[in-house]
Amino acid sequence: MARLSGARYGRAAVWLAAGAYFLVPLACAVAFSVEDPRKGVDFEAYTGMFGADGFTGSLVLTVKVGAATVALVLVLLLPALITVRLTAPRLRTLVELVCLLPLVVPAMALVAGISAVLRWGPDHFAGTPLFDAFVGLQNPDFPGVLVLAYTLMALPLAYRTLDAGLAAIDLRVLVEAARACRASWPRTLVHVVLPNLRGALLNTAFLTLALVFGEYTVAAILGYQPFAVWIVVISGSQAQMSVAASMIGLLVTWVLLLVLAATGRARRTKETS
Amino acid sequence: MTHPLIDRETRTPARTGSTVEFRGLHRAFGSTTALDGLDLAIGPGELVALLGPSGCGKTTALRIVAGFERPDRGEVLVDGADVTRVPAHRRDTGMVFQSYSLFPHLTAVDNVAFGLRMSGVGGAARRARAAGLLELVGLPEHAARFPHQLSGGQQQRVALARALALRPRVLLLDEPLSALDAQVRLTLREEIRRLQQELGITTLFVTHDQEEALSIADRVAVMRAGRLEQCAPPAELYARPATAFVAEFVGVMSRIPGRAGPDGGTVSVLGRTLPVDGTLPGDGEAAGEAGEVDVLVRPEAVEVLADGDGTSRIVSATFLGATTRLTVRLAGGSDVLADVPAHTAAALPVGVTATVRLPDRPVLVARRRGGNSGGRP
Ligand SMILES: Nc1ncnc2c1ncn2[C@@H]1O[C@H](COP(=O)(O)OP(=O)(O)OP(=O)(O)O)[C@@H](O)[C@H]1O
Ligand SMILES: [Mg+2]
Repeated sequence: MARLSGARYGRAAVWLAAGAYFLVPLACAVAFSVEDPRKGVDFEAYTGMFGADGFTGSLVLTVKVGAATVALVLVLLLPALITVRLTAPRLRTLVELVCLLPLVVPAMALVAGISAVLRWGPDHFAGTPLFDAFVGLQNPDFPGVLVLAYTLMALPLAYRTLDAGLAAIDLRVLVEAARACRASWPRTLVHVVLPNLRGALLNTAFLTLALVFGEYTVAAILGYQPFAVWIVVISGSQAQMSVAASMIGLLVTWVLLLVLAATGRARRTKETS
Repeated sequence: MTHPLIDRETRTPARTGSTVEFRGLHRAFGSTTALDGLDLAIGPGELVALLGPSGCGKTTALRIVAGFERPDRGEVLVDGADVTRVPAHRRDTGMVFQSYSLFPHLTAVDNVAFGLRMSGVGGAARRARAAGLLELVGLPEHAARFPHQLSGGQQQRVALARALALRPRVLLLDEPLSALDAQVRLTLREEIRRLQQELGITTLFVTHDQEEALSIADRVAVMRAGRLEQCAPPAELYARPATAFVAEFVGVMSRIPGRAGPDGGTVSVLGRTLPVDGTLPGDGEAAGEAGEVDVLVRPEAVEVLADGDGTSRIVSATFLGATTRLTVRLAGGSDVLADVPAHTAAALPVGVTATVRLPDRPVLVARRRGGNSGGRP
């Protein structure tokens, strides 16, 4: 009995420590964002944020880049992983290695490489269609170069989640069963493989979006202003609003997480009812 | 539009099925040869069981028909046309897999309707057809269940309905019953046979269970190391195996040492001379001296008499219900299996000496095999 309650106290202590570790800074941040030396509490930082200079632009840019990154990651990775699993299991280690490589390449190195290419490319390809491609990649309304960089950075996460999803289903049998039911390859993918990978796809999309929303280094150095960069930029002049924006970002992330968990659970209960 | 699969009354009995023919199929995976020149012809509406030890290439042969595997050499003809280059989804084959293969995200009825959906059959029509098929396999009340809510046997029934939904020219069954328990296996195999005969679908049934093969197939094709050993109706396969391998793989066969007569038409074994029914090609590996042969006998053909002066001894007994299977060690050291009625087995306890007799019938003879002889357990 004594041991049991001892364990309970131990657990409570861990929870408390962990909670304090997460919540105290958050609470301080919230307090700071609503503090007003004259009126006491003031939500101006939150209300004024939506009209603030650059808010909409940076958010739209981030959402666009995020969506494009998710699409590119899935389009690149899913067919590759499925093909490897079905036809060349021995290549799996190689694919895994390639996908995990970005983990050991620091963002700074990536940026240095990208800017070098961007500087070098146009000079060499002036007058060719490649020149236009280089210019198009750096279009400030839709910087393709950011999408490419984020895709690379998201590969390790996406690989892990997708691979786990594929491992959880009997891919070969499902594919062959679909093919024997006269489904062509694309229809097999759409009607059988994707529905059974729903959870993994959602997870991948979420993690990739979270990465894009929080990424600062690459975007800042390449000179773009997505949401994360905007937050830092305004922190100089409007510190409160910058913190408020971070809080909103955090809140949105949590809501997304909850929605994700809820869709997974809703599906399961629907099936067993 | 009525569908003959659903309208039991209007169904045309045994529509003419398709023919399937393997011609010199070769398939190697790296250094393993899965198929080594397989030749086999299957008639319209016939159920052929592919039987053989593990790894002999049964699944590979089936997957080549389905289009999931390409042969290195040789061809597969369906209705006389080479289908080797036709992609899997245009092959018009239905397949039931050994593992549970229902689509986990679809209900039973949607699983069955999947193929119809892929062929562009409209929503209402395909649901009606799928429901009819579920009824055909005895699961009408489980239509709305998801695969994980069905038992293994039910899942395989749904898989069978799914395979039949498109009225395939060829039905391929790869050990569909091996994951099920004995009772379900028995009923489901009868059901498969009944459906197959009613629909007249040419069927290839892979199994490594010889009883299953012998009981439901029109013909049994015994494979060994990627080749066909023999393809014959079950009774013929049992009574007149073409090779020593078939003789010992199908049913139980004991080897008794004997000596071939001078003309080759008789053999002397256990002190008497019997006519030779057929001589099987040996395994080639260890042929004894000329004249030294093995006589192959089924346990039900061996008589055992308790005999105090006998030279044989009963070394073990297994109760099988109606009969008891005795293992009798002959004077030469080889073991013979004998099935005796349970009531006479009481007089033949383990340890007594006995005499083994063969009936006055022609016997199968194979070249003497090196090393230990004796029956397969
Ligand atoms: N995809 C593959 N890659 C490598 N080797 C394979 C592959 N498929 C089959 N083989 C090999 O080919 C041989 C025949 O395999 P197959 O699956 O056809 O045997 P089987 O007769 O179905 O055996 P079982 O009764 O165990 O299912 C085996 O030695 C197997 O290891
Ligand atoms: Mg097999």
